[in-house]
Amino acid sequence: MLTDAPLLVVENLCVSFRTEGGVVPAVSGVSFSLKQREILGVVGESGSGKSQTLLAMLGLISSPNAVVTGSVRFLGQELLGLKRRALDAVRGRQIGMIFQDPMTALTPVHTIGNQIIEQIRAHERVSRAAARKRAVDLLDAVGLPSPGSAVDRYPHQLSGGMRQRAVIAMALSCNPALLIADEPTTALDVTVQAQILELIGRLRDEFGSAVILVTHDLGVVADVADRVLVMYAGRVVEEGAKGQLFREPLHPYAWGLFGSIPPMHGPRPSRLTAIPGSPPKLSQMPQGCAFGPRCVFRHEACVAQPSLGGATGHRSACFLPEVGRQDLRRTLAAKAVPA
Amino acid sequence: MLAAFVSRLGQMALVMFGISIVAFLIFFATPGADPSARIAGRNASQETLAQVRHDFGLDQPMPVQYALMMKRLFVSRDLTSFVNRGQKVVPTVLQAIPVTLSLVFGAAVFWVIGGLIVGVVAGATRGTWLDRTLMILSLIGVSIPVFWLGEVANLVTQSRWHDSFLFSWVPPLGYIAFTDDPWGWFKALIIPWFTLATLYIGLYGRVLRASIIETMQEDFIRTARAKGIGERRVLLRHGLRTSLVAFVTMFGLDFGALVGGGALLTEVVFGLQGVGKLTYGALQTLDLPMILATVIYASFFVVMANFIVDVAFVLIDPRVRDAH
Amino acid sequence: MNNQAQSDARRSDAISSAAVAFPADLKFIAIMDKLSGVQTPVRSRRGAEGPWRTAWRKLRADRAAITAFAVLVLIAAASLAAPLYARHVARTDAFATNLNGEIIIDGQTRQVLEASTEGLGLGFTPLGPTWDFGPYMLGADNQGRDVAARLLYGGRNSLLIAGAAALICLGLATLLGVISGFFGGLVDTLLSRILDVLWAFPIFLLAISLSIVLITQSIAIGPIEIRSGSLWLPIFIIGIVYVPYVARPIRGHVLSLMQAEFVTAAIGIGASPWRILIHDILPNVITRVIVFVPLILALNMMTESSLSFLSIGVQPPDASWGTIIQDGQGLLYSRPIVALAPGLAIVICVLALNILGDGVRDALDPKSSIRVV
Repeated sequence: MLTDAPLLVVENLCVSFRTEGGVVPAVSGVSFSLKQREILGVVGESGSGKSQTLLAMLGLISSPNAVVTGSVRFLGQELLGLKRRALDAVRGRQIGMIFQDPMTALTPVHTIGNQIIEQIRAHERVSRAAARKRAVDLLDAVGLPSPGSAVDRYPHQLSGGMRQRAVIAMALSCNPALLIADEPTTALDVTVQAQILELIGRLRDEFGSAVILVTHDLGVVADVADRVLVMYAGRVVEEGAKGQLFREPLHPYAWGLFGSIPPMHGPRPSRLTAIPGSPPKLSQMPQGCAFGPRCVFRHEACVAQPSLGGATGHRSACFLPEVGRQDLRRTLAAKAVPA
Repeated sequence: MLAAFVSRLGQMALVMFGISIVAFLIFFATPGADPSARIAGRNASQETLAQVRHDFGLDQPMPVQYALMMKRLFVSRDLTSFVNRGQKVVPTVLQAIPVTLSLVFGAAVFWVIGGLIVGVVAGATRGTWLDRTLMILSLIGVSIPVFWLGEVANLVTQSRWHDSFLFSWVPPLGYIAFTDDPWGWFKALIIPWFTLATLYIGLYGRVLRASIIETMQEDFIRTARAKGIGERRVLLRHGLRTSLVAFVTMFGLDFGALVGGGALLTEVVFGLQGVGKLTYGALQTLDLPMILATVIYASFFVVMANFIVDVAFVLIDPRVRDAH
Repeated sequence: MNNQAQSDARRSDAISSAAVAFPADLKFIAIMDKLSGVQTPVRSRRGAEGPWRTAWRKLRADRAAITAFAVLVLIAAASLAAPLYARHVARTDAFATNLNGEIIIDGQTRQVLEASTEGLGLGFTPLGPTWDFGPYMLGADNQGRDVAARLLYGGRNSLLIAGAAALICLGLATLLGVISGFFGGLVDTLLSRILDVLWAFPIFLLAISLSIVLITQSIAIGPIEIRSGSLWLPIFIIGIVYVPYVARPIRGHVLSLMQAEFVTAAIGIGASPWRILIHDILPNVITRVIVFVPLILALNMMTESSLSFLSIGVQPPDASWGTIIQDGQGLLYSRPIVALAPGLAIVICVLALNILGDGVRDALDPKSSIRVV
């Protein structure tokens, strides 16, 4: 097995939308790669372009006003600009996708069983009965109670957590090499959330799938991811292995992000630090570093657009000198802790 | 499930009761002239008026009048016309029903197929010239009064181009019973079918297109696309199937409304002796008992159609099924 | 497109589930945002364009809708000029029969009703169209009357009836819908049941039933006497048959508004019911009603022509487009213009109203702003 060859390589992916007020960029120059069986966490605030990145990769942006450029190579095959038929051979078959809101992700007029069977039979020449049996097995595998009867239920007859499990079962139905999960737990209760995450973590072990997990919840990433991508205003601002990135984040935005979580150990801060200001409007993007206007360390260099750089394995898009950056971070963090 | 069915049945009975009351009030309690004069028709003699007053219990209180009317319509069925003396009204209406049903059924086939094609094609090709052309045609279709379209059709097929090879097969206006001559029945009705269906093809095409476009923005469509099942399947099995709910509702209501009098204009223009034509004839001669009978019978048809829609709804939308 | 206005509209849509944001709503949205801790820059909101203005701008940019409106204005103007046309161009009385009239065309004297040359040579065929801007431009009907002049007079009645009936229908429907939805309880139950029954009653049969009893005799209600030929009868009949069709959605809309958070918020801060009704409910209901205006006008026009065609609408010698088509039915094969011309007029009017209706709906519905740029 080619475990070292990258499963997915995304290069300079850009998504923009034509509006009556001009072209608005939603994703700018996103590049990353993913190895087999790797779990990549993508974090960022709402509107940072995480979901648009994923949707663009699979050609799922349906707006006639969207413009997608760049390159997305999956197992060596370029996905952008692929004919619909060829794209459909990849989607659902080799790449499964889980969506944010399980309440609206399933067609209300078909049973979940039929929706899973439809996907299986679209990609494999199996009988209806065989597909149905597999659907039941899948529902069982994702922990849906009494899968034999659940298979004939309509989406509205299941709870949110159950529906999300059904969506996951559907995404897994063809043993995809890559599973893309777009905020799979956001719409769910905390307890259900944990179960779903555990399930996604287990998938890699049992099905051998790589996973891209998009979320704005850092706790989720800390739980399951191997590597983390931090996005801000449509760009990747930091990328690195989870342990390293959580231990020594490089980008001031990431500092703010981690500063907004209460620490488990050490002195309790009097108040959590919030990042001042709000993310820029996509239609009014500032010149240079998009985080500049909110950044405490903004300086002359920041009028230019920083590129993702630094040591392999842990890179960030920031002009601050790498040496001594961690000291700056500690000073910033210390301010939040009462003397 | 059964309880829901029974309760809907009860509601249906209530609405029918309500309609019969409204009809009764319109005919017997409208301010102005004496109802007996209305019922007896023009230039009725004193004896006739007296007989009407007695037969309809017009000298008795309202509830009695109502009960008497309903009895004569549904139980004894001996309501008679005063224009065509002795003509029993209820059997005449029942005889006309197959004509109306033939007309409306055939038109319904055309408009369902036409509406589906227009709606799906326009919805799928949204924003293109094909979509725009279909929508302009649909809009024109819904803007043409059906009786006028019928006259134009007659002008073309019966007069101006009747001798050309295009329309020489069109039989003279009128109805041919299916049991007498199925092919003749078909030929006699095909122009009326198209005429009646035109409005509805436009209407259903527009509604279905809007509904499909709205549905295609839904999250579950994105899920379906992510499954890699091909756009046609996404459109038909997920988009169209979910949009059908509105379509079926409309169909039931329109079908009922047409059987219940909406097809009147088409019947008149094409000389088809259906319930509508009967009503029209009665209008010309002010034959009130006949109108009374057609109105009540036809309304009940409509209510029944609504009831069937509700049942069909349960079959096509699992969400409604569980709401019961 | 002003993005701010659009996003404002969408935000308020999410919060109020109302179709269009109104200044009154925006106030509550600001309150809601503060309560939920969402920072909203108030300044940009003030700079935003009001929803009415947005709608108006969108409608003006809709070329089809503007054309349709211009066509309607033209037709209305032409109809208003009917007496002028009859006096100065057609030089006839459009309502008097003219069986033995004669007219000089190209130096030849011709009978307005000529002896029929077709078939057995029995009966008369009215004069065909001269296509000259003068007497009998569109020919004569079987009473020898000028079709073109009657067409204009008929247009007056058709438009008048459609307009007046629309006023009655929308006024009544709004009143019933708002009362029913806003006050709820017994009033609502009662009104809803009545509307249900009327709704189930086939429109045509309802109109026919009303017509047959009303139009045949004059009616005296107290001091007001409505004569049988009065235009008020078709106006009244057409005005009420569509009430349930408008009242039911308005009631539903009011109900959903009552559940909306900005109304809950208004109740929460102690606003009186009347204040909520006037500031929050009515402005939102009005947009719905406006969307109905062109559609109801189109429906009314169709209904009027149908009833008149069945001779239970406008009564002779008065004319409407429907009655002229009825007059032309007997002449269909010999002088088709008599039936074709008024029908075409109806098609053009109704088509224009439908196009205008689409435009108004698109302009007032923020959701419809998704389109290819």
